Amino acid sequence: MENATLEVRSLTKRFGGLVAVDHMDMQVYPGEVVGLLGDNGAGKSTLIKMVSGVYHPDEGRIFFQGKEVKMGTPMDALELGIETLYQDLALAENLDAYSNIFLGREKTKPFLGFIKVLDHESMREESKKVLNRLEIEIPSLHNQIKTLSGGQRQAVAIGRSIYWNAKLLILDEPTAALGVHEQRKVLDLVRLLRSQNIPIIIISHQLYDIFSVTDRLVIMRRGKKVAERITKDTTPDEVVGLIIGSEEVERNNRPG
Amino acid sequence: MAKIDIKGESRGLTSIEALPIILVYIVIVVVFMITAPETFLGYRIYQSFMSTVPIPLILGLGLTLVVAAGEIDLSFPSIIAFSGFIFASLYKNTGQTLMPFIVALIAGAAVGFVNGVLVAIVGIPSIIATLGGQFLWSGLTVILSGGLAWNVRDVRNEFIHRLFVGRIGGVLPAQVLWALLVAVVLWFILNRHKFGEHVLFIGDNSEVARVMGVNVPGTKIILFTLMGTLAALSAVILTLEMATFWTTQGSGMLLITMAAVFIGGTSIFGGKGSIFGTFFGSFIVGSLEAGIVATGLGGFWTRFVVGLVLILAVALHSALGRSTGLSAVSFLSFAFRKQKGGDSS
Repeated sequence: MENATLEVRSLTKRFGGLVAVDHMDMQVYPGEVVGLLGDNGAGKSTLIKMVSGVYHPDEGRIFFQGKEVKMGTPMDALELGIETLYQDLALAENLDAYSNIFLGREKTKPFLGFIKVLDHESMREESKKVLNRLEIEIPSLHNQIKTLSGGQRQAVAIGRSIYWNAKLLILDEPTAALGVHEQRKVLDLVRLLRSQNIPIIIISHQLYDIFSVTDRLVIMRRGKKVAERITKDTTPDEVVGLIIGSEEVERNNRPG
Repeated sequence: MAKIDIKGESRGLTSIEALPIILVYIVIVVVFMITAPETFLGYRIYQSFMSTVPIPLILGLGLTLVVAAGEIDLSFPSIIAFSGFIFASLYKNTGQTLMPFIVALIAGAAVGFVNGVLVAIVGIPSIIATLGGQFLWSGLTVILSGGLAWNVRDVRNEFIHRLFVGRIGGVLPAQVLWALLVAVVLWFILNRHKFGEHVLFIGDNSEVARVMGVNVPGTKIILFTLMGTLAALSAVILTLEMATFWTTQGSGMLLITMAAVFIGGTSIFGGKGSIFGTFFGSFIVGSLEAGIVATGLGGFWTRFVVGLVLILAVALHSALGRSTGLSAVSFLSFAFRKQKGGDSS
């Protein structure tokens, strides 16, 4: 069997008395789109924040490309090639698109031989290239992010993840708060990236999205993995049952 | 929708952003030239500005970066007292100038560093941490100095006096060149260097900055340390200029410095800072009192007019910024939505 790009073993995170993620195991293989599902508070976001270096796991191990990794800061994850698109933490509103794409990893050039200054020229050029590659149109690279539409923002955020040659891409609710047309565009992007063999973890509440782009589903409930399914072998009904707990589904379906 | 490229070709447009405030400054000077020609058409008043404005200016430049990062520092007036005291007392006791100068800067930097650690590591909101610092360090200064003013008249004969507050060619106060140097360096850092970019990102949204790999606590500690160092530099300049140290020498600086920064267009919400704006904002604040007195209105009017200019300037920046160059309509619709109780992210 091919080696997993990402493997987490028995990953656990507690916040005080609350166990947000409870001995979670999960693998992601090259070229695969994995849907991570669960109700609000199931621990999805906490799980991916551990994988992207934002939170430190209390227990468990993370293997990336076959090697165990310990990530102290988000930068460590970024340097490994784990790019994350956060649901709530996407972009800096007052800054323009290309500054956002290069956020934290600005390109510099030498000035007077020893001082490194920002290379705005090359950052603009590179941004243009990556946005073109993704067939993303935004009015101008100089516009402040807050003047862009939701879809354009998401496109910039995805563009940022791609630019850095992501070896694993994590998308947390990438289509939330988008118009129908823009949602489709984002899903097209996901397919485009899969065709380039980039493994992707996608979190979404929109079952339509999940069923149209994923290969495999991992379902979480109360911090634990409750099921794993091959997307084409399951149905939205079964998945909903797994997300909210099948007992509850049966109770709700009972007549009266 | 917004198919307008509002920004120019490069980020050098800080200069253009500050254009409204440069115009405001010119208007104010022209008005004073008309109302008080005998004062404002001579060179002496400008010479006087160039000796007094550099102090709030240097402070304002540092504060611009702190505010752009979404923080505030209220403790710098006490650093002016503390570092001024260290400089004056070491000079008096040793007769040296370089060593007291360096120790004063280190003391300012250390106070700033403590502020930074309290804010970035301990997690105390900066307004509270630095308010506490303001009381603490000015209190300590009063204790150490016995509450007395110290005359350091002899410092006028020292090289350091000529270096920082001498009159170049008998006319130009040296401190304005130092302030200019600080302005150039900080403009460069804010607009052309990674560090400045990170400051703006942190001010915009420190959580985004953090998850994107920016060292948020480290950057904040550096900012507060820088602010402390600049406050110490101001303290030395002030002590040299007056050839006196007194325990409340920084206390008038807090509000005028903040006024200068906000008049200049730096946003209290963070994510936006203008070095040019602070530069002219400082000169606006510094010119008003002299102009009002020379006009014959009486010094009582100064605060009133400074308040008026501050409110008008911030309203202007807000109108220009919110509409992002589109139109007054979008500004009004924004204001309306906000009034309806909508959350203005």
